[in-house]
Amino acid sequence: MTLPVEKPLPPKRPEFERTAAAPASFGDVARPLSFGERLWNNGAFRKTLILLLLIAAWEGYGRYMAAHGNVLSFPTFTATVEALYSGIVSGVIPQRLFVTLQVLLIGYALGIFLAAVVTTVAVSTRIGTDFLSIMTAMFNPLPAIALLPVALLWFGLGTPSLVFVIVNSVLWAVALNAHTGFLAVSETLRMAGQTFGLRGLNYVLHILIPAAFPAILAGLKIGWAFAWRTLIAAELVFGVSSGRGGLGWFIFENRNLLDTASVFAGLLTVMAVGLFVEGIIFRSIEKRTVRRWGMQRG
Amino acid sequence: MMNATQESAEAPVVRVEDVTLQYKTPDHLVTATYKVSFDIHRAERFVMLGPSGCGKSTILKSIAGFHPPAGGEIRLKGQPIRQPGPDRMMVFQEFDQLMPWKTVLGNVMMPMLSNGVRAAEAKERALEVIAKVNLGKFADVYPHMLSGGMKQRAAIARAMAMKPDVLLMDEPYAALDALTRRKMQDELLQLWDDIRFTLIFVTHSIEEAAIVGSRILVLTPHPGQVLAELNSPGFRHEERDGPEFGALCRRIHHMLFGDGAKQ
Repeated sequence: MTLPVEKPLPPKRPEFERTAAAPASFGDVARPLSFGERLWNNGAFRKTLILLLLIAAWEGYGRYMAAHGNVLSFPTFTATVEALYSGIVSGVIPQRLFVTLQVLLIGYALGIFLAAVVTTVAVSTRIGTDFLSIMTAMFNPLPAIALLPVALLWFGLGTPSLVFVIVNSVLWAVALNAHTGFLAVSETLRMAGQTFGLRGLNYVLHILIPAAFPAILAGLKIGWAFAWRTLIAAELVFGVSSGRGGLGWFIFENRNLLDTASVFAGLLTVMAVGLFVEGIIFRSIEKRTVRRWGMQRG
Repeated sequence: MMNATQESAEAPVVRVEDVTLQYKTPDHLVTATYKVSFDIHRAERFVMLGPSGCGKSTILKSIAGFHPPAGGEIRLKGQPIRQPGPDRMMVFQEFDQLMPWKTVLGNVMMPMLSNGVRAAEAKERALEVIAKVNLGKFADVYPHMLSGGMKQRAAIARAMAMKPDVLLMDEPYAALDALTRRKMQDELLQLWDDIRFTLIFVTHSIEEAAIVGSRILVLTPHPGQVLAELNSPGFRHEERDGPEFGALCRRIHHMLFGDGAKQ
């Protein structure tokens, strides 16, 4: 059975030509956004709004718990801020934070340095690539806390052990990202760089690193988060190192004293540092580099 | 505007002698060109023309120094070519050849700075060339803000600012729309008229070869062998409808596709 096939013809319509009106005559080609629209387009405003909502929920729940006689397990936001304030004024929190940041920065810097070495080897030789992929597969999933007993055995109770576990958590994340970034640099950019006569270290510094910068930056961010997490966790397990405890120790100590508000103040400090590094430091690096270069939206 | 090439007693700038080029795929060793020879003289606009896969781009990459020949030799001013260098600047087909982390000015200055030109002089030369390719207003703009045609202009400016012995162009306008391409061809010829550089230009478009080239090398399909070297008087776009332009294009077309092919 064959279906009847309809073969429609396009309709015949008259032609016309026009002269376009001058844009000035109809106005409003570009309209300024209203105040509300501009406010809503502002990322900082939206994020602040979310933070305020979270704080309100926190305060509400804390008060609800207090009203039911349970003050210990969930302090209100105001109580936490008070504890934070007194901790800062008494100098305890800044001093603990300083200790933590000191260890963190040493570990982070050392991790990045080693990552640079490993990545250089991985980029320039095939055996180096294999080394990186095997080491990453083995050590990246290894929780830092699981390495702590070994670190204690080798380096004893103190900063070197902490630095060791931080290096382990930074190194592989950064190296893996940087290596992936280098491999993704387009052939055209590579050849363009070579026609400029760039070779060796100059080629890496002026072509490969900037071209792979989005991936490198992503690696640095992940590495930072890993390092920060690892350190706080290690301090919690570890306790005090040579008489100078960090933030993790501050949290641990106050838990033992059942001073929940101070525990929360410690946690808040950890988050505040995280927000500061992510929102201010990394964000401004991104703004000046990858976003400005059009390598990343934003 | 353009004179036919003068009889030249000078030594050629580039001499390609019996060059056989091969490249490896995971399974095969492919011969891209077989015993190709030609000379390129100063101020020539030398076009390599052929269907896809004839190895024209590979020859260009070989002149650039990226692809050592399996047989034969390529000499630049008498010296064998061993590696890429700033005496043979190259303009690629891809728009991503500009460094995204540098402005147009930064891009144009980059090869000069990495070859020891002082910053002040590099900037002066860069601004001059940028103005010449009509990008004066965009010197401080990052490449991602530019259109495709503007990116290619910036790439040409970057290559020209180095004052290379030869300028290599690998289908630089293939990814552009027809209107922009036509404009860019005119600009390139204008630039050549000003500076009289030596140009090696790869294309698969017969019309483009006839307009851009002063001398056209026609290559056979894979593996590429030399079919002919023809002279083009230097047509303008307005002359495209004329009998001479049509005759040259038809002649090349017959060479490449035989008589059976339709124009």
